[in-house]
Amino acid sequence: MTSTDADQMRGAPIDSTTLTRSYFDHAATTPLRPEALEAMLPFLTDNFANPSGAHAESRRARIALDDARDQIAELLGVGPGDVVLTSGGTEADDLAIHGGWAARVADGSGRGVPAALVCAAMEHHAVLEACRALAAVSGAELRVVPSDRSGQIDLDALAEVSDPSVGLVSVMAVNNEIGTIQPLDAVARVVAEHAPGAVVHTDAVQAAPWLDLPAVTAGADLVSISAHKFGGPKGSGALALRRQALVRARIDGGGQERGRRSGTPNVAGAVGMAAALAATVLERHATVARVTALRNRLGDGLLATVSDIVETGDRDDRVAGILHLRIGGVEAEALVVLLDQAGVATSAGAACSSGAVEPSHVLGAMGLDPLESSTGIRFSLGVTTTDHDVDRALRQVPIVVDRLRH
Amino acid sequence: MLTVRSVKFPLSSTGCDTRDVRVLVAMSGGVDSSVAAALLVEAYGPDQVVGATLKLWGGDSDSGCCSVADVDDARRVADQLGIVHHVFNFASDFEEHVVDPYVQGHAEGRTPNPCIECNRHLKFDRLLERAESLGYEAVATGHHARSHRDPDGRHRLLRGADPKKDQSYVLAMLGQAQLARCIFPVGDRQKSDVRAEAARLGLRTADKPDSQDVCFIRSDVGRAGFLGDRVPLHAGRLIDHDTGDDLGEVEAVELVTVGQRRGMGHGTDGRRRFVTAVDIPTRRVTIGSPEASMADRILLHTVAWVDGRPDVGAGGAFAALAQCSAHGPVYPCTVRGEAADGADEGTDTGGGAGSSDGLIVDLAAPQRRVAPGQTVALYDPARPDSVIGSGVVR
Repeated sequence: MTSTDADQMRGAPIDSTTLTRSYFDHAATTPLRPEALEAMLPFLTDNFANPSGAHAESRRARIALDDARDQIAELLGVGPGDVVLTSGGTEADDLAIHGGWAARVADGSGRGVPAALVCAAMEHHAVLEACRALAAVSGAELRVVPSDRSGQIDLDALAEVSDPSVGLVSVMAVNNEIGTIQPLDAVARVVAEHAPGAVVHTDAVQAAPWLDLPAVTAGADLVSISAHKFGGPKGSGALALRRQALVRARIDGGGQERGRRSGTPNVAGAVGMAAALAATVLERHATVARVTALRNRLGDGLLATVSDIVETGDRDDRVAGILHLRIGGVEAEALVVLLDQAGVATSAGAACSSGAVEPSHVLGAMGLDPLESSTGIRFSLGVTTTDHDVDRALRQVPIVVDRLRH
Repeated sequence: MLTVRSVKFPLSSTGCDTRDVRVLVAMSGGVDSSVAAALLVEAYGPDQVVGATLKLWGGDSDSGCCSVADVDDARRVADQLGIVHHVFNFASDFEEHVVDPYVQGHAEGRTPNPCIECNRHLKFDRLLERAESLGYEAVATGHHARSHRDPDGRHRLLRGADPKKDQSYVLAMLGQAQLARCIFPVGDRQKSDVRAEAARLGLRTADKPDSQDVCFIRSDVGRAGFLGDRVPLHAGRLIDHDTGDDLGEVEAVELVTVGQRRGMGHGTDGRRRFVTAVDIPTRRVTIGSPEASMADRILLHTVAWVDGRPDVGAGGAFAALAQCSAHGPVYPCTVRGEAADGADEGTDTGGGAGSSDGLIVDLAAPQRRVAPGQTVALYDPARPDSVIGSGVVR
């Protein structure tokens, strides 16, 4: 045992700032990829111009923005005119739900005015709250579909709530807390059969680092991504549109983004997102293989050394980067604090704006009771995760769990 | 950056007098707990101190959803002091132990003190437990009270040095197990000194107003609105205490408190009327003259002792000073166990825990009735600053 481990057992103070740390919170955000930083730097320095201007400086910025948009569109499998750049995943979700609904209401296709919208109970708050707000302002009925015990949307329940009155369905591609991959093809089939007029949106924010996006999201009309989840900068995201899907602007003004999202474009953000996405897609197979091995070693190791521990969701149905565990009798809120002191950054549930850990609505949607949900802890791995990080977690978690169990 | 001064914090008066003690300080975002944290940092150094803000209420409050503004203040102060800051979500415990009993109490004609129940179940139970599991030997708060360790190692709970801000009443449920692990760094200071210290350190909370009222009830909604959203409120009859005459209607019996004067009008003698009893099942509120509203006996349940029950005198009784509200006067009284009083045997109707070990408090002179659910704190007549214990009015 190292002296650090012994100190941990005694509960001695550890100056966490002097330790090298192991970061297991890639699902919250990722470090900026060097490719992204390099691509962005010119647009944070010399190439500062507004791409909408009529001079040489603007033209340079405009070309960079157009290139970035083309690249993002190609990597998402949509046409270049079908990407709306946003300030991130939350704005992309908001535009999809409110803007997609408004366009559907106004489309004059003779499908009638929709009266209901559908989302999964385990959606990110960006989708859940947007749906609730839309239901409140439009008078439409919000139908929320629960998950099964393995953390996937209940397709029978989806079929039950889907009917021709439904105008919009939003189901995430990958859950952010437990990493389960949702059966979007099946979702699209159910919607096509029971709610043929509905716009299908998917929040693919957590899928982007791990999955073949064009294939996985093929059934969706609207697809949200967020750059900082795959090595791009914060404050940059996109909504991709398929099959001539329409959205009404949520932000009016100068009519940028073809009138779908006004505001001076974030050129550096778009360029950084494109570079990060390109690098992510290029390295995807190798990254997935490497991170899956790390994740499995971490999961297997902890399952073997910590008693009364359960892994949430089937590994085969989860993305490589997420390991979600429930450790009996150990409050995750305390576990996160002690692991932090031991140099291991993890996450318990979702954090609200005050920084408090909120009870997980995702685990609740799977039918877990609040007590069991409070024991849920997420290790999320990424491109920069190393064997050394896994070793540290394997060393520290059993010690800290023992301490919390006395 | 803080100026390092001589350590003034009286460590030896607490149970935690080793130099390497680790302290978790509960930071509400107010000035008292900010200065408490600052004093601990001066005494122990920033590595030994961690700040924690409790998220207690998930609903609306005056300081915004989940009190984000207060959490921000606490976090910024912690940052300024160079200490780590955490937010702990105890909202479900708060709901279970404070809000639900508060609502239920009113529905059943009692007036619970939510601050006391929060201290009992959250700050000095749940938080102490959390602190211990994280390796902190002590929990500090910004309460104006003092914890003193006697030479024999026993802890006493004393009033805060500032009589206007003394909070020993809301801590009177603490026992040795808690006091041995609690520090009240501002308890020996005047409030004005606390603010001056905050200003001297440049803490952003220096001029922040003191918190008022019940933290989970928004001032524009009020108690009536809060309770009305959660339990049915019933109109009732106002009954004359002496004659039994029906004097008219009262809007919601659940919102009336024993001892209340406001809204009860005047008697035929021109004097104010007070509520003498509230009976929810029959929806009757009895009101009477100032004399009728007086009583010289209070029955307590959920009794807690700071250091066990005092030595009993003749007839199993001991003398005490009773304080019936946070900053109210104290009344000389004689206290004895319920079981020792033959007349009261078999009348155990109180619902609270420990009701079988209730107390009878006989006041030296009649005082205005104390509403069921309220807490009475008992102080030592020989050392009037020293808390003996407390109980909840039956």
